[in-house]
Amino acid sequence: MRVAEAWRVALDALRANRLRSALTMLGVIIGVASVVLLVAIGTGTKQKVEQQVEGLGSNLLLVVPGRIEVGNAPVVSPLTLKDVDAVTRVVGDPDRVAVTVASGATARAGARSDFTTVQGVLETTPAVFTRSLARGRYLTGTDVDTSRRVAVLGDSVARALFPDRDPLGQQVALAGVRFRVIGVFAPLGQSLGVDRDDEVHVPVTAAQRLWGTQRVDGIAVKAPDRERIDELGDRIVAELNRRHPDTEFSAVTQQQILGVLGDILGVLTGVLAAIAGISLLVGGVGVSNIMLVSVRERTREIGLRKAVGARPRDIGVQFLLEAVLLTTIGGLTGMALGVGSALLVDALSPIPAAITWWSLALAFGVSAVVGIVFGVVPAQRAGRLDPVVALRTE
Amino acid sequence: MTGSAVADPRGDRPAGERVAAIEAVDVSRTYQLDGVSVEALRGVSLTVQPGDYVALVGPSGSGKSTLMHLLGGLDRPTGGRLVIGGRDVNALAPPEMATLRNETIGFVFQAFHLLPRTSAVENVALPLVYRGVSARQRRERAAAMLGRVGLGHRLDHRPNQMSGGEQQRVAIARALVTEPTVLLADEPTGNLDSVTGAAVLELLEQLNAESGVALVMVTHDQEVAARAHRRITMRDGVVVGDSADPRSAHDRPPSVDHGRPATLVPAPSAEPRSASGSGPGHPSGGSGGAAGATGRLPREIERPGGTA
Ligand SMILES: Nc1ncnc2c1ncn2[C@@H]1O[C@H](COP(=O)(O)OP(=O)(O)O)[C@@H](O)[C@H]1O
Ligand SMILES: [Mg+2]
Repeated sequence: MRVAEAWRVALDALRANRLRSALTMLGVIIGVASVVLLVAIGTGTKQKVEQQVEGLGSNLLLVVPGRIEVGNAPVVSPLTLKDVDAVTRVVGDPDRVAVTVASGATARAGARSDFTTVQGVLETTPAVFTRSLARGRYLTGTDVDTSRRVAVLGDSVARALFPDRDPLGQQVALAGVRFRVIGVFAPLGQSLGVDRDDEVHVPVTAAQRLWGTQRVDGIAVKAPDRERIDELGDRIVAELNRRHPDTEFSAVTQQQILGVLGDILGVLTGVLAAIAGISLLVGGVGVSNIMLVSVRERTREIGLRKAVGARPRDIGVQFLLEAVLLTTIGGLTGMALGVGSALLVDALSPIPAAITWWSLALAFGVSAVVGIVFGVVPAQRAGRLDPVVALRTE
Repeated sequence: MTGSAVADPRGDRPAGERVAAIEAVDVSRTYQLDGVSVEALRGVSLTVQPGDYVALVGPSGSGKSTLMHLLGGLDRPTGGRLVIGGRDVNALAPPEMATLRNETIGFVFQAFHLLPRTSAVENVALPLVYRGVSARQRRERAAAMLGRVGLGHRLDHRPNQMSGGEQQRVAIARALVTEPTVLLADEPTGNLDSVTGAAVLELLEQLNAESGVALVMVTHDQEVAARAHRRITMRDGVVVGDSADPRSAHDRPPSVDHGRPATLVPAPSAEPRSASGSGPGHPSGGSGGAAGATGRLPREIERPGGTA
């Protein structure tokens, strides 16, 4: 029998039992749609996080005390501005070095208050990290050198404290000390559930005075080129180790952060896909079940076809194609449904979702394979039916 | 040798003899049913020649359908030798059996067995599907065949839109569309009223006369049986009368065939078989007497050696 003919026969059989075919496909549709949707959410989340990490600025090297590992407790930093000077000498360019000393604090303006993160920084921050201002100006070298009490507000802090006023030139009290607002950041949005606009930048010297400390929490370096970024990190760590023999330091690149985050999100995506895959499997069992019913129902037809010359293989192929058609049509419908709901989720909810061609290819391939795997047993059974017995069946 | 894996039954024949369409030698068929053996056929020998018109008669349960299934290659004998279209079925794998059925046999069943929701022309074309004939040619040939059975105006009707007689005509067209050498009809009028049945019979006889297809038909109609060229009577799984075999001529009166309880037939298993087995109509059937005590032969013994 020609293959085209076999397809036609299989399609006719599905059409003859529309409702049953549709219900059987439903299992596959739900399975494939959930695989596509969940993989899209996993991928979308990963892409967004990657974007944000990359958006920090390129060729970034973060130097912190302790080891950077998932689940490691932060170490109290022994670093001071003197260490920053030493690192700057290693780097050779003060514009490429940024620092932070951060602490939670209540910001107050008039009757309004907002609990936020106050970051003591150098004037280099916008150049090292990619940050831009919505209004006003950023800190200057003089602000830092003279510990001037000036502040740049994150977007959400500005909104919380000055909902109906221009914050520029206004006073805010940070941990009870008055600072003058000189600028407001352009909004950044959320990253991994953290509001990145919920922060206030002040000169590092002013922050240290505010909290009565010499401490610097971390140093960020923008490396001149990607190739020598690891080598530069090693040199910085060696210098810091020389100055603080009792403390371990780590220099991590964005690539390393992305790697760690990617691993976590990859596992998450895999788990989601596996859960969805189980429903696809259940759909496959449904296909197998219905195919067995179909073989039993059409026993006489099988007997007749054999009597007029159908070989066992012809019958087997016919039923196998029927199963494969059920799952691939179901698979295509499920893909459309999955893509549609992913687009809806992405557009209407804060959850990002990104369709990837491989997830579609995978879902379609898996549904076709499910059809073959779960169609083989019923098809073989049909192919082996004894024509005499089959013809006698009521 | 031509490289064929199949024994050539013509090898041991005198030159000039007609090649049989089907040749059964001491064929038996035993069903296993829940551990109980049912001997449906116990050593049947018969030859169907091209163009023959054979009526197969006998009481219900005598093994007529079982024999028809064997003759048509739908089933295999559990003993004996069966050669269809020159091919020993014991040497054939299931796919080869299917091809053999497709090429040499046409079946007409009592229950029509048309595919529902499928037009007459597509039903008739079905055997051609398994021959790889193109869709256009299939339709052409099926339509022509439907014309020959008088249904040229019913091409696209479905079985449920046709009368029983019309459905059986479609089935006959389906059986003949492949131009088989033998048409096997098992009680083809059993589901039809007498008038319709008579017309269907007339059609079968006409096709047999015109196209030269051998017709083997199971019937209960003594008139029909009398019209056949040859009448074979079965009882309890053996042939008890064959009009082509002079030695069984005493069995010929039609009254023997109907409704008589099996117990009244004397020694049906031994006597008629040896009689027919050595008759002139069965040149290669001489083994019946010796091996036929149980009616079974191990299949391997009958398998030709050259299966490589
Ligand atoms: N598949 C089967 N399994 C067991 N016994 C069978 C089977 N088919 C037929 N028989 C038995 O074989 C005998 C002959 O049956 P069958 O060939 O149908 O007779 P007929 O067609 O002459 O009425 C009967 O006794 C019947 O019960
Ligand atoms: Mg019968």
